[in-house]
Amino acid sequence: MRQFIFRRTCYSIVTLFILSLTIFAVVRLTGDPALLMTEPGARPEDLARVRALWGLDRPWPIQYAHFLLNILTGDLGTSFNYRMPVSELYFERLPNSLQLALSATLLSFLIGVPAGLLSAVRVNGAWDNIGKVVALTGLAVPGFWLGLVLILVFSVWLAWLPTGGKGDWRNLIMPSIALGWYFAASLLRLTRSSMLEVMRSEYIKLARLKGLPGYVVIAMHGFKNALVPVLTLAGVNLVVMVNAAVIVEVIFAWPGIGRLLYEGIFQRDFPLVQGVVILAGCMIVLVNLFIDILYAYIDPRIRLTK
Amino acid sequence: MTTPYLEVRDLQTHFTTFGGSRVVKAVDGISFSLREGETLGLVGESGCGKTTTCLSIVGLLPPAARIAGGEIRLAGEDLTKKSPREMRRIRGRKIAMILQDPMASLNPLFNIYTQVSEPAYYHLGIRRQSLRRRVEDLLRSVRIPSPAMRMRNYPHQMSGGMRQRIVGAIALAGGPKLIIADEPTTNLDVTIQAQYLDLLKDIQQETGVAIIFVTHNLGIVAKMCDRMAVMYAGKIVECGSVRDLFGAPSHPYTKALLGSMAKLGSKEPLFAIPGQPPDLANLPPGCAFHPRCAEATQHCSEHEPKIVPCGQDWTAKCWLAHPKESLRHDHARA
Repeated sequence: MRQFIFRRTCYSIVTLFILSLTIFAVVRLTGDPALLMTEPGARPEDLARVRALWGLDRPWPIQYAHFLLNILTGDLGTSFNYRMPVSELYFERLPNSLQLALSATLLSFLIGVPAGLLSAVRVNGAWDNIGKVVALTGLAVPGFWLGLVLILVFSVWLAWLPTGGKGDWRNLIMPSIALGWYFAASLLRLTRSSMLEVMRSEYIKLARLKGLPGYVVIAMHGFKNALVPVLTLAGVNLVVMVNAAVIVEVIFAWPGIGRLLYEGIFQRDFPLVQGVVILAGCMIVLVNLFIDILYAYIDPRIRLTK
Repeated sequence: MTTPYLEVRDLQTHFTTFGGSRVVKAVDGISFSLREGETLGLVGESGCGKTTTCLSIVGLLPPAARIAGGEIRLAGEDLTKKSPREMRRIRGRKIAMILQDPMASLNPLFNIYTQVSEPAYYHLGIRRQSLRRRVEDLLRSVRIPSPAMRMRNYPHQMSGGMRQRIVGAIALAGGPKLIIADEPTTNLDVTIQAQYLDLLKDIQQETGVAIIFVTHNLGIVAKMCDRMAVMYAGKIVECGSVRDLFGAPSHPYTKALLGSMAKLGSKEPLFAIPGQPPDLANLPPGCAFHPRCAEATQHCSEHEPKIVPCGQDWTAKCWLAHPKESLRHDHARA
C-alpha cells in the first residue's frame, strides 16, 4: 500500500512537471500581456517598464525556473489583472465551482447510472431505446447550445428561472443540466456496456442457477462488478466539471473557476492561467489516486502493492 | 423399479435467428429418464445439443431459444409449464448445475462464504450461526481444508481445482435431488479431474443425488455413469446402460465414438470419425448421421429411423437395429 502510493506519487510529479512545461509555453503563445496592461498606443518604454515590473523581460527558461521554484514553495504567482495571489483567487472561486460540479455530478449519476442499468437489463426494449436517444443527444448536443436554448425557453419565454449569476437553488438548475447532460449520457453508455458485459459472464449464469431473486442477481452480483469502470469515469468527470466548465460558467455568468480561466486567457493573465491549470492537474492526479485506492475496497483482486 | 425422478419426453428446443427466418432445432425430440441416485452420461460432439438440453431443464435458455414441444417432468411436475418465478424456486433448491469453467463461474467480488451460503439463505431460509455452520459443513464435504478460514477467502485466492469444489459446494447448498454437471472437469488438470470425479461419486453416495453428466469424454462416462445417452444433431441416437453400450454398441455413431477413444499401450493410430457434424438448420435427409456412417445404406439416406428397443432399458435410433421385417415393411410402403 505504502509502496503503491509512493510509486503513484512519483508518476504524478512527472505528469505535473510535463503539464507545467506545456502550459507555460502555450500560454506565452497567446501574445504580449503588456499590451493589455497598458493604455492602447502606449510608448515602447512604458511597455518595457511593465514587462520588467512583471519579470516578462527575462528569457523564458529563467521565467520558467522562477515559476517552478515558486510552485514548490506554494506560490502560484500574482494575477496581472486582479493584482492578487492566484491561489487566493482560485480558492475564492472553488466553492462555487464545486457547488455546480457536485450538483451536475449528482444529476448525471441519478440519470446516467439507473438509466444505463435499465437499458442493460431490458436490452433492445423500449427503455433501452429511450436511453439510446438520451445518450446520443447528450453526447451530440454541445453544452453551450443547450445552455442558450435553456435560457431562451425557461428564462426568456417562460420566465421561470434566472438567466445566470449566483443566488439560490434556482440559479443552479440550468447550469447543472447544461453541464451534467453530457456526463449523464457518457455514464449511461458506460454503465450499459459494462453491465451487459457482466451479465453475459459465467458467474451471473451461476447466480441464476442458484435460483436467486432477480434483483439479487442484477443489483448485487451484476451491478457491483459493473461499477468499477463507472466509478473511474465519474471521478474524472467531477474534476473536469470543477475545472473545465468554462463554457457553461461563462454562459450562465457563474462565478466559478472556469470563468476565471476564461478571463485569464482573454487578459493574457499568465500567472492566473498557469496557476488554474496546475491546480486542476493536481486535482486530477489526486482524484485518480483516490479512485485507485477505492478500487481495492470494491475489488479484492486489486492489490495495491505494485 | 422406482418411478423416474426426472423424465424428459419428446423435448424440442429451437433457436430462432434472423428474425424468425431460420430455425435451428438444437434439441429435436429427445426423451430420457433418470431415477433418484442414478447417474446419466449425456455424450456427444460439440454442438449436438447437450448444453441446450441442460439449459432447457433448468429453464435458463438464451432469449433466442424456446421449448417448442415436449415435457420435462421433475417428480411428476411438468417444468415446461412453470412460471419463471416457480422455476427460480426450483433452481438451486431441486436442481443444481455445475458449469464448465471454475475460473469464471465464481463472482470475483464476493467471498466464498457469501457465494456458498446464498442458495441455503434464499431457498431454505437458514440464517446467521446455522448458516455459517452449514457453509462450513458444505465446504468440508467437498474436501476444502480448514473451511472456517477458507470461507473468508475470495475466488482469486484459490486454485482451479479448489474453485470447482466450491462450485460443487454451491450446487449442494440448496439440498437438490438432481445435479446437472456440464463438463465440470474439462478445464481441470488431469490429476485434479480424477480427484474431482471421486469427490462427486462420494457426494452422490452420501446424499443420493441424481447426476446428469454432460461430457464428451467417454472415459469419464465409464467411470461415473450408470447409463448413457448418446446425442447426435439434437437427437438421442442410443440410450442404455453403460455396460451394454460399451460392450456391444448398436448405433454406428456410438461404435465410432468408442473407437475414437485412446487406449493405453495401443500402437494403433487414433480413429477419427470422418466429416463434420451437420448444420442443425439444414439437416441431411433420412438419418442425420448417414453421410458420416460407415454402414449407411441407400435406405438410411432417405428415411429417418425410429427409436427401437435393443434390449432391457436400451434403445437405438438406427435402421440397423430395426427388425428386418419392419425394414421390409417400410420399403414396401415407400
